[in-house]
Amino acid sequence: MNLEGLEMVAVLVVLALFVKVLEQFGLFEPVSLEDEVSLALMCRARPEGLEQLQEQTKFTRKELQVLYRGFKNECPSGIVNEENFKQIYSQFFPQGDSSTYATFLFNAFDTNHDGSVSFEDFVAGLSVILRGTIDDRLNWAFNLYDLNKDGCITKEEMLDIMKSIYDMMGKYTYPALREEAPREHVESFFQKMDRNKDGVVTIEEFIESCQKDENIMRSMQLFDNVI
Amino acid sequence: MAAGVAAWLPFARAAAIGWMPVANCPMPLAPADKNKRQDELIVLNVSGRRFQTWRTTLERYPDTLLGSTEKEFFFNEDTKEYFFDRDPEVFRCVLNFYRTGKLHYPRYECISAYDDELAFYGILPEIIGDCCYEEYKDRKRENAERLMDDNDSENNQESVPSLSFRQTMWRAFENPHTSTLALVFYYVTGFFIAVSVITNVVETVPCGTVPGSKELPCGERYSVAFFCLDTACVMIFTVEYLLRLFAAPSRYRFVRSVMSIIDVVAIMPYYIGLVMTNNEDVSGAFVTLRVFRVFRIFKFSRHSQGLRILGYTLKSCASELGFLLFSLTMAIIIFATVMFYAEKGSSASKFTSIPASFWYTIVTMTTLGYGDMVPKTIAGKIFGSICSLSGVLVIALPVPVIVSNFSRIYHQNQRADKRRAQKKARLARIRVAKTGSSNAYLHSKRNGLLTEALELMGTPEEEHMGKSTSLIESQHHHLLHCLEKTTNHEFIDEQMFEQNCMESSMQNYPSTRSPSLSSHPGLTTTCCSRRSKKTTHLPNSNLPATRLRSMQELSTIHIQGSEQPSLTTSRSSLNLKADDGLRPNCKTSQITTAIISIPTPPALTPEGESRPPPASPGPNTNIPSIASNVVKVSAL
Repeated sequence: MNLEGLEMVAVLVVLALFVKVLEQFGLFEPVSLEDEVSLALMCRARPEGLEQLQEQTKFTRKELQVLYRGFKNECPSGIVNEENFKQIYSQFFPQGDSSTYATFLFNAFDTNHDGSVSFEDFVAGLSVILRGTIDDRLNWAFNLYDLNKDGCITKEEMLDIMKSIYDMMGKYTYPALREEAPREHVESFFQKMDRNKDGVVTIEEFIESCQKDENIMRSMQLFDNVI
Repeated sequence: MAAGVAAWLPFARAAAIGWMPVANCPMPLAPADKNKRQDELIVLNVSGRRFQTWRTTLERYPDTLLGSTEKEFFFNEDTKEYFFDRDPEVFRCVLNFYRTGKLHYPRYECISAYDDELAFYGILPEIIGDCCYEEYKDRKRENAERLMDDNDSENNQESVPSLSFRQTMWRAFENPHTSTLALVFYYVTGFFIAVSVITNVVETVPCGTVPGSKELPCGERYSVAFFCLDTACVMIFTVEYLLRLFAAPSRYRFVRSVMSIIDVVAIMPYYIGLVMTNNEDVSGAFVTLRVFRVFRIFKFSRHSQGLRILGYTLKSCASELGFLLFSLTMAIIIFATVMFYAEKGSSASKFTSIPASFWYTIVTMTTLGYGDMVPKTIAGKIFGSICSLSGVLVIALPVPVIVSNFSRIYHQNQRADKRRAQKKARLARIRVAKTGSSNAYLHSKRNGLLTEALELMGTPEEEHMGKSTSLIESQHHHLLHCLEKTTNHEFIDEQMFEQNCMESSMQNYPSTRSPSLSSHPGLTTTCCSRRSKKTTHLPNSNLPATRLRSMQELSTIHIQGSEQPSLTTSRSSLNLKADDGLRPNCKTSQITTAIISIPTPPALTPEGESRPPPASPGPNTNIPSIASNVVKVSAL
């Protein structure tokens, strides 16, 4: 039989269809991939007892109760992940974009860096901010600014933080926000804080400079009455 | 701010610790928690069923009945509970709204009963959550339509005397059942449409032979009779069209509507035929025009509801049909190509070109199989059989799908439009809520600060001024205020921002708020005053010699305490010359509130103009540094 080119193709097509039909009848087992079983892990967490939290933090029993009720209301599963956190925080700043600052906050609250903030982390952070000494609070703020947690704040880290704060203002401000405003603010901050002018601010320089600044000291006292 | 996250406000305020070390200006005072009550449970007795909740839960929405002092009217002294003589089932939904922030609509409730309850509790139905909003709107619309239908059928019995002649005519055209004349008109036009269509058809039937010539179609044999019939029909149609045109409420819209275009297309050929001479060249075109007479059949769609629905569903199904057509075209091209090349070898093949093979492919795929073109080679036969098998699948399978798609797409289209409208409404609601909350902040900033200022000044009778905001609101506003202080910028609303942008050619800013401040003594000068960046175009020539130059400065004013009573009423709104800069001065020792104010010319004191860098009076303030040309955040 003299098969020409196109006839060859025709025969091949017929054979292919034949194989497909046989597959349908289960006579040829096609190679199938294992179905990926994705377990949606439902993260749930329950906090430690009230007594333990009372020992670990400086809140009273009633304050802990109120805090937990509010916490559980927004996060019924008992832990906050970053998305949740950002979404909750953004409700307080309708005009701007608070997601970057919320990320920094999240990293500061998430002390064990496991990607989620449990109620213990939450209350521990709040205890330092609201009931700690001024030095504790300054320490906490330094920890917030130090993005890579290496013990010193570089200009880039400060610039990121500053930009995130300015982002929260949004577009409609008076006077209109300029591109250089965060950078200038960072420059003035470093001028004030960086004693030895080495381009980074260490924790000692930070605390020392803050203690010398009346405004900062006074504003730190604002946190006494938040709860 | 959603009330549900009010519980997280302490956290948000604590998070402000990150702003404190970088802030250049002192922070405002926190609002005092005057009546720090312990949170208590309150009991709500609704027709005997007792609900309990925290007081703060109800206070999340202060403009509803339960959240405001209005509920005190329902307080029962003997049992120390609030008694409402209303439906407990709906109350469950209402109370859940306070708890979760989302209002749900239960499907088993009657829509009007639910609306009544919502109105009683002072809750707007627009805040129903998205999960139930569609259902609520549907039910509401059904109800409204039912009411409207009832009203309509009532109205139809009575006569409506106040319509003008034109409006009655239009009503008669649109609704033939309104009067007997309309009904007569309706049937007459229907009859003539039918007559016209039938004459068009019969015209072409061969009518028997005239002795001495070949067989003629009836149209040519009885040409006069047909011409008279045609003329009569066209007369009626023209009159009808002109009457509709006259009666239409919006003539422009009527002319553009589909039905009127069909009318015009239906009667045009006749008139064009009258005008044109019996020329040989144009008679071909004339014949083509006659084809358009068949469009008269579409005029029936005014008479038939079903035709209209069919047209509409076809239109809405257009994308599905289009896709079917496209896939068919693809298959046709593929198979035609294959058949052409397969049959190229055979002699006397009918497959002379690929377009010629299209015919074969279409006929085969739709399983018609005329048999005028058949493949002769083996390859051609194989591919031809594959073609017909796939044709069965391609054609036969989508047809039931399209039929079921009709109803699905029809309803879905309606729902998609509804959803789009609701989405717009939802986005508008979200935007309104956002602007509401930011506007609330701006508004309370102006009001609340005045109140605080007056409190500091020791004028207690002004305490009632301004709306009393809840503690949570004042704390939230304090938080936003701290952010403003940290970044040295202020929140303003959109219109002001636009205005500011347009004001780069500085005109006099209309002062809307300064008059309220002009009466307060003891206002002193500034902190954190900033100047907008000077751009090159200063129309200094505009305002020749007024004290208020083209460049104004918006400054914030600090209201200082009473230990400096001898301060002049000066504001550091400055008429600065072009290259003056003002260094913001943040070293005031009193931290108080700040107000944006724009000075008016009469309120300016003379001292404001003379000195380029203003000295803030008061012993505690620093002398500002040398002015520079650039806007600077104050260096500390």
